[in-house]
Amino acid sequence: MGPRLPALLKDAALTAFVAAALGFFIVGFRTVDIGSTKGLSFDYQFADLAVAVVAIFVGRLGLSLAAEGQRWPALILGAVLGIVGAGPAKLPSAFLHWFVGLAGLLIIARTLWPSANRAFLQARQSSRGQSATRAGARWFGWILLAVAVVMPLMPFADQKTMDLGVLILTYVMLGWGLNIVVGLAGLLDLGYVAFYAVGAYSYALLSTQYGLGFWAVLPIAGALAATFGMVLGFPVLRLRGDYLAIVTLGFGEIIRLVLINWVDLTNGPAGIGSIPGPTLLGAVFAENAPPGKITFSQMTGIPFDGTQRLVFLYYIILGLALVTNLFALRMRRLPVGRAWEALREDEIACRALGINPTNTKLTAFAIGAMFAGFAGSFFAAKQRFISPESFVFIESAIILAIVVLGGMGSQIGVVLAAVLLIGLPEWFRDLGSYRMLAFGLAMVLIMVFRPRGLIAHREPSVRLRAAPPGGR
Amino acid sequence: MRADVPLIDVEHLTMRFGGLLAVDDVSFKAQPREITAIIGPNGAGKTTVFNCITGFYKPSSGRLTLRGDREYLLERMLGHEIGQQAKVARTFQNIRLFPGMTVLENLMVAQHNKLMRASGMSIFGLLGLKRYRDAEIEAIELARLWLQRIGLVDDADRPAGELPYGAQRRLEIARAMCTEPRLLCLDEPAAGLNPRESAALNELLLSIRNQDGVGVLLIEHDMSVVMKISDHVVVLDYGRKIAEGPPDEVQRDPAVIRAYLGTDDGGTDG
Amino acid sequence: MAYFSQQLINAITLGAIYGLIAIGYTMVYGIIGMINFAHGEVFMIGAFISLIGFIICSLLGIGSAPVAIVLVLLVAMAFTAVYGWTIERLAYRPLRGSFRLAPLISAIGVSITLQNYVQLTQGARPKPGGQIVSGGYNLFSADGFDVRVTWLQLIIVIVTVVLMAGFTWVIARTSLGRQQRACEQDIKMAALLGVNVDRTISLTFVMGAALAAVAGMLFLMYYGVIDFFIGFLAGIKAFTAAVLGGIGSLPGAMLGGLLIGLIEVFWAGYFSSEYKDVAVFAILVLVLIFRPTGLLGKPEIEKV
Repeated sequence: MGPRLPALLKDAALTAFVAAALGFFIVGFRTVDIGSTKGLSFDYQFADLAVAVVAIFVGRLGLSLAAEGQRWPALILGAVLGIVGAGPAKLPSAFLHWFVGLAGLLIIARTLWPSANRAFLQARQSSRGQSATRAGARWFGWILLAVAVVMPLMPFADQKTMDLGVLILTYVMLGWGLNIVVGLAGLLDLGYVAFYAVGAYSYALLSTQYGLGFWAVLPIAGALAATFGMVLGFPVLRLRGDYLAIVTLGFGEIIRLVLINWVDLTNGPAGIGSIPGPTLLGAVFAENAPPGKITFSQMTGIPFDGTQRLVFLYYIILGLALVTNLFALRMRRLPVGRAWEALREDEIACRALGINPTNTKLTAFAIGAMFAGFAGSFFAAKQRFISPESFVFIESAIILAIVVLGGMGSQIGVVLAAVLLIGLPEWFRDLGSYRMLAFGLAMVLIMVFRPRGLIAHREPSVRLRAAPPGGR
Repeated sequence: MRADVPLIDVEHLTMRFGGLLAVDDVSFKAQPREITAIIGPNGAGKTTVFNCITGFYKPSSGRLTLRGDREYLLERMLGHEIGQQAKVARTFQNIRLFPGMTVLENLMVAQHNKLMRASGMSIFGLLGLKRYRDAEIEAIELARLWLQRIGLVDDADRPAGELPYGAQRRLEIARAMCTEPRLLCLDEPAAGLNPRESAALNELLLSIRNQDGVGVLLIEHDMSVVMKISDHVVVLDYGRKIAEGPPDEVQRDPAVIRAYLGTDDGGTDG
Repeated sequence: MAYFSQQLINAITLGAIYGLIAIGYTMVYGIIGMINFAHGEVFMIGAFISLIGFIICSLLGIGSAPVAIVLVLLVAMAFTAVYGWTIERLAYRPLRGSFRLAPLISAIGVSITLQNYVQLTQGARPKPGGQIVSGGYNLFSADGFDVRVTWLQLIIVIVTVVLMAGFTWVIARTSLGRQQRACEQDIKMAALLGVNVDRTISLTFVMGAALAAVAGMLFLMYYGVIDFFIGFLAGIKAFTAAVLGGIGSLPGAMLGGLLIGLIEVFWAGYFSSEYKDVAVFAILVLVLIFRPTGLLGKPEIEKV
């Protein structure tokens, strides 16, 4: 340890120096308005900056010690940071408490990682562990499904929980839809939210202008979104991966700008309101039915309750999401699904095998768009008000992050990632304004440390033997 | 001995990249049920000829006629149509498998067009109709047959990328054969194989010629392979054809010896 | 005619700014073949550092505009360059050799992170920059309309031209430029021949970020107001410029920037300003579909 210590200290000092340079202006000088005439002045934040830089110095030192195998010094540094972060001593801002505390946790995790990892691998390689993983993977999905089905009936399912459930399921559905495009076919689509918007505006316009119901519009919205997908996809799907990403991003923005500016059709930035909600066998979920309709409580005799509508919406989105999932799983085992994955792996080899790359990609693109269209209709029916603001680039990025974090191509991974990325920030309200910051950082960290996502396992679409015989 | 109707007729093929003339007015024929080898020093334009035949390059001029159920003018077809309709399959110099997919899946992807038709553009498949299920079982059986021929049945459910190098080469050939081609183009199939694997490859290629009746077009550096199995040899040098004929004749051709052993920088292998 | 000339002057100014950002995209793409999606955010950071720099200058009582501009320019370039270096080091370098979409996804993450970082530290409201240079010169009058070039526009064009010239010199004549061009051709071969690839790539990011900082400062001076979100739109437009000019080509980036400036200004001047961004996006899509190599780019031959 002796001779390496100066080098480690120097490295940590350099890191801290870079951090100080990064933060000097942007963190150190906070610009504040001081009235219209004079413009701006500063609110100095150098204490914050200093604390952060010291934490980075200690953090970097701890991480390199851990990497060198110096467990105890690393653990001590981690504990110190952890205590400062969680402790009573007052740091300049709440964020710094989080920052310092998390840095401490990170060091401790990094120190214990090798032995934890070894134990984990050993457990997995033992025969019992192996069969447990296999059984676990098989049952996990069913357990999740059971939880999702009974959730609204639980006593703790108040309005807030149900709202969150609907929100998570919407993203699960979008994630499953985008997973077809990104995960299976390997097409990086940064404009997915455009198709979501097409679905939402289809329902909003058709229901408010022509009085069509949710269930009648749902297939129309899906078809419209799929058509959009084909029209946009046909010329651009020949492009290389990263060009495709930028073009789809451009399309997403074009659609949003058209929604804002084509006021005659879309009512512009003001949006479209009083969109009717979905009906159950013609019955509406409201205290009093509009003329010519009956309410759910009139039809069934169950007294009216505000949460009924939410439970109904919950089951609709659960159903829609499951349809998406089943469809994707089924497609994956069909020739077209295998061609999607083959295209993701090697497009040139596909061409040599006589597979038409453009058509194959187009089906993935259109099917993904169709599910976004369904989800968009649902969104409009749930919110009862939509405006272009709901369809910004960051939404596409969130859906993409769910797919990537989950493990591209993994259906269960999408569920886990949606719960993690959408659910956790809602529960930890403190994080509120830091949510997107953490979100962006998570995207980078996943790519750096676990580029294949949470669930990297890939199940073959077909096996030569139905079940592998024991032993292998 | 040589049939009157060639399987593929390459006439005056020329390929230019900017100022570089990679293939210069090359003509040759390959017969059905024969192994035709294209040999020549590095940079002679062999792979470029292949890329023109399989549609990866559009020839600057020349005509490529493939005779099957009708005549196909390959230079006018899109890349994937050549595999789909003219039924020309190929392998690559640096193996191009689908590494993340299993061995069996690789062979299933090769049967894409047939299965696509059977699945009624996925609709029958989604509904799980018997018609599609039967087609899938048939496709798996074809794949199993090829796995037996290349000795990879036990590895069927492993990712293709995990296989050893020699097995990957064989799998790529099996995958090309699963498209049920008329013409199989192999780009240096023996490269990097040890003598035992190389001998097994010869067996495989001979069986493809004799048993399956498929015409084979072969780029090869390993002269022992070329001499042992090919029926007809075409020699390229600096983009031109310098000799053509049965292997033993070509071997004695002074122009060929000059090209391989000559004073200029044409490298030689094997 | 007068209106046209005025629009032309405005377009060239705007085009110069886009061109400076576009160089960052084009260089990084040329050397490691990735779209540095976070580059627009680096430009935004540069604009914020410039804003803070100008306020510090006024607090320090530096009254002379040229001195302030030169000082802020140097400081903003230096400190923004640190961002460029750090981003490459932390978010892209570990991903070399990962699957091909990984760096792009990571870049989107960096972009989101930087936007929110600035929003948190500096607030979400637009920041007025004040007027640092005012006045101008009337070129001529026609149809009762003064065609005017402001000193600021002149400064923008001069700074851009000088930097471009210096930059072209670096690429063409210095050993660093040679190493960059070597890496562009073949990164593995360059490494075998003793080029320090990591260092060269780092320096590419540093230079791109420094130029983006200049663009940020000029943008701040030209529009007088910035917020944490300016990087998104400016980034996409500059990327469009890089693609239009031929990605990988430095003169192409400048030409593309000018063309995008022209399209945007003339579209807004003659058709409708609501759809000017749509016009730019549409150009991007059309170029990528019909001429993916751009105006000055070299065609890519697919290797089989």
